[in-house]
Amino acid sequence: MDIVANGIRPDHQLIFNMVEPGARVLDLGCGTGDLLHFLEANKDARVQGIELDERAIYECVRKGLSVCQNDIESGLAEYPDGSFDYVILNQSLQEIRKVYFILREALRVGSRVIVGFPNFAYVKARMALFFGGKAPMTPSLPYHWYDTPNVRFLSISDFQEFCIEKGFAVEKASFLCGQKRITLWPNLRAMGAIFLLSWREGQKGWSDDRFSHRWRSRR
Amino acid sequence: MKTESSGTEPEGASRSVGIVETKYMTIAEPPQALKLESGESIGPVTLAYETYGALDPDRSNAILVLHALSGDAHAAGYHQEAEAPGWWDAMIGPGKPFDTDRYFVICSNVIGGCKGSTGPSSTNPWTAKPYALEFPFVTIADMVSAQRHLIDVMGIDRLLCVAGGSMGGMQALQWVASYPERVRSAIPIATALKHSPQQIAFNEVSRQSIMADPAWRNGNYYGIGQPERGLAVARMIGHITFMSDQSMEEKFSRRLKKERFSFNFDANFEVEGYLHYRGANFVKRFDANSYLYITKAMDYFDLSGGRLINDRKVDTRFLVISFKSDWLYPAYQSQEIVRQLKQKQVDATYCELKSTYGHDAFLVELEGQTTLIHHFLEKTYRGERNGNGYRR
Repeated sequence: MDIVANGIRPDHQLIFNMVEPGARVLDLGCGTGDLLHFLEANKDARVQGIELDERAIYECVRKGLSVCQNDIESGLAEYPDGSFDYVILNQSLQEIRKVYFILREALRVGSRVIVGFPNFAYVKARMALFFGGKAPMTPSLPYHWYDTPNVRFLSISDFQEFCIEKGFAVEKASFLCGQKRITLWPNLRAMGAIFLLSWREGQKGWSDDRFSHRWRSRR
Repeated sequence: MKTESSGTEPEGASRSVGIVETKYMTIAEPPQALKLESGESIGPVTLAYETYGALDPDRSNAILVLHALSGDAHAAGYHQEAEAPGWWDAMIGPGKPFDTDRYFVICSNVIGGCKGSTGPSSTNPWTAKPYALEFPFVTIADMVSAQRHLIDVMGIDRLLCVAGGSMGGMQALQWVASYPERVRSAIPIATALKHSPQQIAFNEVSRQSIMADPAWRNGNYYGIGQPERGLAVARMIGHITFMSDQSMEEKFSRRLKKERFSFNFDANFEVEGYLHYRGANFVKRFDANSYLYITKAMDYFDLSGGRLINDRKVDTRFLVISFKSDWLYPAYQSQEIVRQLKQKQVDATYCELKSTYGHDAFLVELEGQTTLIHHFLEKTYRGERNGNGYRR
């Protein structure tokens, strides 16, 4: 991912803009902790990371961050409801199998969720498929078909539809093509998207869920 | 806006703390006594301890390092004329993760032990004979309460950190459970909130081995000679559980001590020779009754079910470390600690380090621990110094 002049990735900058000062933030799959560190230093956020890679955790601790080694799918279970103001799920949604479950869990432990993902319907991806007849490779989808960690291939329109269907309110959405913000025809022109989600009024779909029951009975 | 000051890396410039000496402090002198969890009390109690580095004028840089089952107060540096350094010398010293240029490091021998602190081999002042089995049962909480007296006498209100592996990790956890407001951070390594049946079973076999030795004489062997065979076997069992299948393969494989089998029951394999050597060495330096008491204290320890973090607001920061090949204190036990911390919204960092050394890793697998502990402490120290503690 490109780095802009002030040393922050454009997707990180968009997420940064969405976070209120002083907020409690959990980053699922925080990598080497650049975003969390930036939020802690410049938004006075109280931050916590979850990351699987041992070397990445070293980097986080080097930056003074608190990180727990866990995979995304099981890392949320122990957090009480409303532990965070924001749960960030950036560039890993497409690698997750239980997408709805994770988002619901994220909206249980956090009031809002910030989701960032690559757009599979980006114009160059469409062209690669339509004209080249090949699985698309773009800067935001940089993998060959045989070594991609991605298991979900979604477009911005797919995700918007998903949010309506599942009861997520889209509070904000920003779209990126490289360093450029996209406002017109994002599903065609954007390589990636950042969504700020919360539950739509009266939804809270997790209340009938067996996983949260398990968690609550344990408390 | 805060900026991150890049800390100096500990690697490279680390040195030894040099020649050190064990000191002694006596607490709970009559009419005082140390009240124990069992309901009994004991006093006076002597604690053997060592310190490294200098205490800040505001006494905010003290770190208490806690030893494992067979450890002692000698954590770093060298005793006069001694060849081997203290048990955690790799981690404690100038430029090392527990940087004695910056921190004041304390290590004390646990009560019930035999390395200078009051234990079953100490003389009972009321009878002028060794306590032996008259020694009251002590728990991990009792060990910690004795340490708290030591810290009190040193005039330290709040420790920057409590850290230790295995039973040392249990003590670190107990410190947070007993005195959360007195610990700024905790580093429990390769440890558990409670022993599993498997861990208790290994300890029980070790205890039975000691008690089955006729030389044990119900604990009254002082002046006669201790149950060396039983204690040696207990230690051999210990050493098997400290290693991993892979580390044993690498260290010994099926190599023979001599070229061929002897066709008798002498030690033929190198692994046998190693265990014999370890056992024989151990009986020279450790008291069998202490082994019984301390293993029991470990088995009784249980901070599961929400007892680690009680209802008081705890702002202790945690760094929890486990090792992949450690089957004696498996990673799931450390993860259980982390689960408790998450539930109570306590600031926690957790990492399972790659290592093939088994439980021994906490003493020998240095790279990951060095990086994590160095930076974790630095952040904790800076937070404390800046007075901007971690809001909850």
